[in-house]
Amino acid sequence: MNKERLKPEHPMEALLRMDRMPHIWCPTCGIGTAVSCFITALEKIDYPLDKVVVVSGIGCTGRVAGYVKLDSFHTTHGRPIPFATGLKLGNPELKVVVFSGDGDIVAIGGNHFIHAARRNIDITVICVNNFNYAMTGGQVAPTTPLTALATTSPYGCFETPFSIPYLADSCGAVYVARWTALHIRRLTKSMVEALNKPGFSVVEVICPCSTLYARRNKLGTGLDLMKFYHESSVIKHGADTRELDIEFQKPMVVGKFVDRERPTFLESWNAQMKKALGEKFQPYGGSNEHD
Amino acid sequence: MKVDPKGVLTGSYFLDGDHACCEGALAAGCRFAAGYPITPSTEVVERFAERIPLVGGIFIQMEDELASSIAILGASWAGLKSMTVTSGPGFSLMMEHIGLGAMLETPCVFVNVQRGGPSTGLPTLPGQADMMQARWGSHGDYELISLCPNSPQECFDFMIDAFNLSERYRVPVMFMMDECVGHMTEKVVIPPADQIEVVPRRYTTLPPEEYLPFKPDPDLVPPMVKVGDGYRFHVTGLTHDERGYPVMSAECQETLVHRLIDKIRRNARDIWIYEEDQVDGAEVVVISYGITHRVALRAVQMAREKGLKVGMMRLIVVWPFPEERIRQLADKVKAFVMPEMNYGQVVLELERCVAGKAKVLLAPHGGGTVHKPEQIYERIMEAAK
Amino acid sequence: MKLWRTPLDIDRLKIPHGELHIIKDRCKGCGFCVEYCPREVLELSDEFNIKGYHPPYVKDEEGCADCRLCEAICPEFAIFVTTKEEVESVES
Repeated sequence: MNKERLKPEHPMEALLRMDRMPHIWCPTCGIGTAVSCFITALEKIDYPLDKVVVVSGIGCTGRVAGYVKLDSFHTTHGRPIPFATGLKLGNPELKVVVFSGDGDIVAIGGNHFIHAARRNIDITVICVNNFNYAMTGGQVAPTTPLTALATTSPYGCFETPFSIPYLADSCGAVYVARWTALHIRRLTKSMVEALNKPGFSVVEVICPCSTLYARRNKLGTGLDLMKFYHESSVIKHGADTRELDIEFQKPMVVGKFVDRERPTFLESWNAQMKKALGEKFQPYGGSNEHD
Repeated sequence: MKVDPKGVLTGSYFLDGDHACCEGALAAGCRFAAGYPITPSTEVVERFAERIPLVGGIFIQMEDELASSIAILGASWAGLKSMTVTSGPGFSLMMEHIGLGAMLETPCVFVNVQRGGPSTGLPTLPGQADMMQARWGSHGDYELISLCPNSPQECFDFMIDAFNLSERYRVPVMFMMDECVGHMTEKVVIPPADQIEVVPRRYTTLPPEEYLPFKPDPDLVPPMVKVGDGYRFHVTGLTHDERGYPVMSAECQETLVHRLIDKIRRNARDIWIYEEDQVDGAEVVVISYGITHRVALRAVQMAREKGLKVGMMRLIVVWPFPEERIRQLADKVKAFVMPEMNYGQVVLELERCVAGKAKVLLAPHGGGTVHKPEQIYERIMEAAK
Repeated sequence: MKLWRTPLDIDRLKIPHGELHIIKDRCKGCGFCVEYCPREVLELSDEFNIKGYHPPYVKDEEGCADCRLCEAICPEFAIFVTTKEEVESVES
């Protein structure tokens, strides 16, 4: 008898495309851990998983869409948010998750990010921040801490980086949290809260990039970065998002920073049109209406 | 399939091409438009924004054309017919997602009300210089469909064809208007809803366990599914196999890209739409498209008055180019004249198909206004020598 | 485990037990599970898996308290835990 076949399955296999494993992420990269937390979060939300869609852009984290066994889209660089906007407005029944990296979300896709937050499009953005462009070989990113080395900042980064939670908060996101890949329980909990929150929710995941960021900056492996997160992250729920800058290898603040109520894009659309047009307004229910 | 009558504004109207284009989209069942303001196309989305809450659908003004052009792909996968509207500079930004739309085989319509270029060029004046961009603008190899209307009535009529072709072949369709057609006001008759035929989306009949998202039917078009229907499918802009999974190999590239191209080329006979007038026995045939055709009509009339045998052919579908018909004509006629509002774009394709069997003369024009009939007439006379 | 006081319900508390399953050939040897197991149940082995990495092995089979931290932190989906039926009381 084949002993292997009697073994129980990994509980996440049902939601992963096992025929595509092993995934492309390097040893001690944290993206897999973020995906693992996401899968656990999906099991904890009370939502039919057939209606959950994952949209990614390009980059290491951009590959997430290809590994989750859900309706999933691997789009163009920087554009998962507007693609997700079209999906969500096309069928408001869907729970749309954008899972992508820092370069994708706040550099090339920065404009889409701030406007989706402003409009309060009802999607969840999980932004894995590994402080550099890893897929292309470790170039400087708008999240690279000052003085950190990258292939295109060989003498140290001298541009002030973005703080993703501050950016999200100031543009109107209704839920903003930051955790590291080490904070698996809290990260999972935040993902659940973000998924359940109507409106534009953002979860930043600080994630070790072993092959490029850690190696170039002589920080050891991803495991060493995990140890660093353990020692130097300070949990501060409700912290003022203006004080969340990340300095190179200095203590960083993590936690849930924003949780507020604002009408979503579609709620505002329906309310405004009803007010302006009265009975003539055809309330909009998405593609399911036209079946 | 009959259309949803909610979007059909049956009656006779005095409309400009932009507004007629919007009505054509609504009549065809378009329920999602994303756009970004740009002259001379903005009237299309202005009307859409006004009309859509009365019809049941959504308009969203995105932050730029990059966003608009991918939002419509998302909406299409969610199950809606969708379009975006722009002009030259915006069209340049949309190239990224015309490529993605071709790669993901997403039905959708891109309207380009062409103005003079390059760059900011002539925002309020016409051009036809985006024709090659419509065909080749995005990187990589692909085929898609482009239509050129020449009147507000055609903006209405051919928008319905544009949506039908995009659904039929799962391909982005370029609706290449120009500023003249967009801002010209004429009578537009919108028929009753029961007289409008639309092509329904080709959804798979297979259960999820048997379905492969990019396994084509015999006509090379794969049936689609809608997000949220339990198929748990994956779609990527990377080169992918029938499962939709990325495969980085020359073999997979060959299978996929060859099919994307053949899907249009092999079905071209069913896609071509063109009109002909007195081409049998003609010495010279004038081939034109869009607004330029209406100027060419006068030029041809002038030449015929001089006793020349001049035929006319008008391309409504410009891409794929009707090469088969051009080859037939090339064996019979002495020369072709092609007026276009650029310094030679579609004429290159004409030259390729004529392959030296007849003279090909271009009547170029930089845009900003239409040709003078005399400019085309002179080329006809030169061709007839 | 060090408790700062003895829980009042200590007689009723049970320590759950888990059985660890390691899918060796999926492992890339990152060591996250080894480092962060709160009961230090795991250790990297000397053996090579199919990809040439050293997967972990269970050095203390009885030690697993079914917390599933390894399952959650593993970036490769290569380790998981199933709950064992028998439990021990905290006092024992």
